[in-house]
Amino acid sequence: MPRPLEPIPSAARALLGVLFFVLFVLAWAWATLGGYVTRTFLADPFTMLREGYELLVRHGFLFDIAITIWRVVGGFVLAALVGVPLGVMMGTYKWVEAFFEPFVSFARYLPASAFIPLLILWAGIGEKQKLLVIFIGSVFQIILMVAVTVGSTRRDLVEAAYTLGAGDAGIIRRVLIPSAAPDIAEILRLVLGWAWTYVIVAELIGSSAGIGHMIVDSQALLNTGQIIFGIIVIGMIGLVSDFLFKAGNRWLFPWRLA
Amino acid sequence: MSKLRIDGVTRTFAPSRKDGTPTLALQPTTFDVADNDFITILGPSGCGKSTLLRIIAGLDRATEGRVLLDGEQVTGPGPERGMVFQSYTLFPWLTVIDNIAFGLRERGIPEARRTGLSHDWCARVGLAGFERHYPKQLSGGMQQRTAIARVLANDPKIMLLDEPFGALDNQTRSLMQETLLDIWQRETKTVLFVTHDIEESIFLASRVLVMSARPGRIKAEVRVDLPYPRHYTLKTSPEFSALKARLTEEIRAEAMLAARVQTH
Repeated sequence: MPRPLEPIPSAARALLGVLFFVLFVLAWAWATLGGYVTRTFLADPFTMLREGYELLVRHGFLFDIAITIWRVVGGFVLAALVGVPLGVMMGTYKWVEAFFEPFVSFARYLPASAFIPLLILWAGIGEKQKLLVIFIGSVFQIILMVAVTVGSTRRDLVEAAYTLGAGDAGIIRRVLIPSAAPDIAEILRLVLGWAWTYVIVAELIGSSAGIGHMIVDSQALLNTGQIIFGIIVIGMIGLVSDFLFKAGNRWLFPWRLA
Repeated sequence: MSKLRIDGVTRTFAPSRKDGTPTLALQPTTFDVADNDFITILGPSGCGKSTLLRIIAGLDRATEGRVLLDGEQVTGPGPERGMVFQSYTLFPWLTVIDNIAFGLRERGIPEARRTGLSHDWCARVGLAGFERHYPKQLSGGMQQRTAIARVLANDPKIMLLDEPFGALDNQTRSLMQETLLDIWQRETKTVLFVTHDIEESIFLASRVLVMSARPGRIKAEVRVDLPYPRHYTLKTSPEFSALKARLTEEIRAEAMLAARVQTH
């Protein structure tokens, strides 16, 4: 019997992880192929795969996937370009924090999806509106979390740098930023995951392309196979981007693991 | 002229609550440090000895009085007063060599000279072969060696050490004390070393300043007339034991006073 917190071999870890996926699909197949759930509500795994193949080959679904990825990445990069520098400044200078923090904390709780009708009025239903939804959904989270991370830099490291002759600019560039960098990368990885939910919501309303748009179309046709395929594709892309992010962080910050 | 002059320095901390009373951490303290002196400040925990050192480093401000280095008043931290901390303060994202070169870089020393100096200092503290290691990969003793090299590479006028060996095991601490003395003799630096370890304070210093329990003040000054270079066997000599007995008496009274303050 395993004890609490006892580590497990990595092979066993991988096996257990795969096992749950297998069990999940088996349960799904049992419920659908066994006739316990109506096909109208839930397609079986084989139908889903066939529909997915159809989507990719006949309906140009790859283009939808590309559009969605571009929207997520575009909105997310914009949010990071604004959020990271502002967060660093807020974490560094308490008066900048005092100025922005109350508003950002308030704005963080505004649901990005609730802005969609307004954004459609302002920016139409084109790409600009989709990017804005993701931007609004991500930027305030990034600002706040980066500010907290930078603000909690070890004081003794800052003091050591001062006694070694660092000025304020040196403290920011060569102590605060490198010290917070791995956590900032972690924050971006987390927020990128949230950006994926915003993009689908944005695409469900007033869109002519993208994974979310395909899902709405399929709902009109009661094609649950396509809907599930779309959802699984989103999950897979999330998994891949997460993996790439983690690999990138390991490569960029070897000192964290050394 | 004295190298460093501590002139009537006091420190009062503001109350933590609005209706609280301010805490006096340091009573008026005055002393001089001569060039190339090795002075230890010995005191019980919480006596304000670290506060005093932080004021000299410029990391804390004196409530009254002033600190003069070569006749110039200290107003903030600077590279001419290098400090080694009790906690390990190497920059974890930099390798040993880049840690040692940190101050040189901040001061705008050209890269070629920076590289030369940092490799030189790395070897002088006995860390040749560890240049590319990250702090996490080093033992506590090696981290403090790097911290000492990092300060010395800056060629400071005075070196401040705040219980730098406090977290090390006994054997390592003993070795580090000898290493530090070696370096001090070779480089002829002025050193101010804070500790609560009586043996350490005698072994290293030419002069021990004993501090009272909080609020701290210098209650005694003991000359250590043991010749340098000092070997660890010195610690078992009768002269050393006599000094140790005397300082133990001085400190014991203060420690008891401090304990009484804490229990009441």
